[in-house]
Amino acid sequence: MTVTDPAAVSGWLDHPPRMGFFTDTTVCIGCKACEVACKEWNAVPEDGLSLTGMSFDNSISLGADTWRHVAFIERRDDAGDFRWLMSSDVCKHCTEAGCLDVCPTGSLMRSEFGTVVVQEDICNGCGYCVSACPFGVIGRREEDGRAWKCTMCYDRLTDGQEPACAKACPTQSIQFGPLDELRERADTRLAQLHGADVPEARLYGRDPDSGVGGTGAMFLLLDEPEVYGLPPDPVVTTRHLPGMWRAAAIAAAALAAGVAGSFAGRRSS
Amino acid sequence: MNVSRVTKQGLQDARPGRDALPGAKRPSAARAAGPGGRRRGDADGASRPGSYYGLPVLNKPVWEPREIAGYFFLGGLAGASSLVALGAELTGRPQLARGAKVGAAGAISLSMVALVKDLGRPERFLNMMRVFKPTSPMSVGTWIVSGYAPAALAAAACDVTGRFPAVGRVAAGGAALLGPGVASYTAVLLSNTAVPAWHEGRAVMPFLFTASAASAAAGLGLITAAEAEAGPVGRLAVAGAAGELVAGELLVRRMDPTVRRGYERGRARALLTASKVLAATGAVAAVAGGVRRSRAIRAAAGAALLAASACTRFGVFYAGITSADDPEATVGPQRARLEGGPGGQQQAGHLQSPGQPAPGPPSPVKATAWSESTSIPNRWQSDASSRLSGERDGGESS
Repeated sequence: MTVTDPAAVSGWLDHPPRMGFFTDTTVCIGCKACEVACKEWNAVPEDGLSLTGMSFDNSISLGADTWRHVAFIERRDDAGDFRWLMSSDVCKHCTEAGCLDVCPTGSLMRSEFGTVVVQEDICNGCGYCVSACPFGVIGRREEDGRAWKCTMCYDRLTDGQEPACAKACPTQSIQFGPLDELRERADTRLAQLHGADVPEARLYGRDPDSGVGGTGAMFLLLDEPEVYGLPPDPVVTTRHLPGMWRAAAIAAAALAAGVAGSFAGRRSS
Repeated sequence: MNVSRVTKQGLQDARPGRDALPGAKRPSAARAAGPGGRRRGDADGASRPGSYYGLPVLNKPVWEPREIAGYFFLGGLAGASSLVALGAELTGRPQLARGAKVGAAGAISLSMVALVKDLGRPERFLNMMRVFKPTSPMSVGTWIVSGYAPAALAAAACDVTGRFPAVGRVAAGGAALLGPGVASYTAVLLSNTAVPAWHEGRAVMPFLFTASAASAAAGLGLITAAEAEAGPVGRLAVAGAAGELVAGELLVRRMDPTVRRGYERGRARALLTASKVLAATGAVAAVAGGVRRSRAIRAAAGAALLAASACTRFGVFYAGITSADDPEATVGPQRARLEGGPGGQQQAGHLQSPGQPAPGPPSPVKATAWSESTSIPNRWQSDASSRLSGERDGGESS
């Protein structure tokens, strides 16, 4: 069950190629230009200005008001070398998107670019998408009541421009383009790094056979995903939904049978 | 700044900066010459229990316990009560039937208030009815409840007023038909999330929920029914409570220990323990109340069963909140899956880790790439490249 063209599956008959991000964390310098550009372009409100003490990370995690989040990890490896890992996280725009599957209003939709977008004029803030996202990306903005997340700058894409974060990235750690092409580029880069004694380099979200059918936003990481706060092997919840509906149908039938049985017994005096 | 251009033909004018190699100057890089030095052991890094500053991977559910766990309880009570009402009506137990119908109508009314109140935008609750999506248990449930609630309300109204008995019978039948759906879909709603304690319990959750619903409806029946009519709800009380106890055990039995922790800590543990004690007590008291013909004992049994059902729903709810907050509950089962499921097989995972065969050298771009084989509409076909470059020119000169 591999979906190769999510936009077509969602009913786009004539559409541009699937667009995506390839975030190469090996060249991220932690400047947070992506965070700032995202906030500015998308008018995402301020969500706290406290200092966390977690290295340079003060935006903590993705959510309703943080659509790009730069993670900073300070590590000493086995050889005693100090490593400072930085990675700009973003919505994965999954091929099989849990948030989109569970949205009861149809507010979340698949765009013609294969991305996943919240239509803010429809969202009624039920909060189901928040619990359904295996990456902890989408959130509900409390003062507003609606769910928000990265749109991959849908407005810019429809105008032929690249997303604000990729545009602002000074090292091309964030690369934007047709996903097919980004996958080629990611493979090339991985081979290059493996050839240069960086065996810990790995691609995250590249595999179309993974639990979410591959992601529209891939990452090249230098450690286990959980070190960056990413789930190592997420599976979209709706993969198991047919089995859950079957169990519920049996349980419902058992309930009806149980009540019927309790009345079928002897007439109490 | 970033002067490269993204075009349909690929990235152009790319600077070499992104080809930089991390750690190129560190001592170990000097040892890279030998082919054996290219790769460390498969276990490199994999054994490290990782998290990002101990922060949760998932975003915390935004649902309010009172509204949503409360709805799970009330919806279950309503759905199963409609079944009890139909059974009572068909077997000539009018007082039991009336109590169950009124209880179901009251519970589903309160439910709908709670559900609308929990929305971030309550005034948009009707947006739920824009679509019907089988992939969204909330959408399916909305439609089930939309059919159920009017039927339950009509059944109660006709019974209490004595008007339109034919309408009342049809409504009672409709409510009983949809009641099991109301009582069971909420389990799917909860399980169909990324929250480990809810998702990993998906096989048993519907049975726990319907047993809990049966127990609650029996509890209500024990309180409202007259002596002569209480026999069936006494039997249902025992069956429901037993089911609730057994399903509660099965729910957590085969869970990964990191996931089960959600049920074994804090408020969830207290509530689920209380639920078990109350369910057992209620079942015993229901039998005793039937034998001793004591209305007081039956009422106490009913109250205990209602409380047990509520404690079950709130306990399961809080278990999920706890497990969503625990990065180990999210990572633990996924890591276990990656590092060899049954038979120690390495399964296809989300990650192409160093331990797995690295993708071979990049293949040349396929000649049948999408952009060449299929027509691209309007501007992406015609002038995407020029727009990209034009945008840059305009943007940087101004």
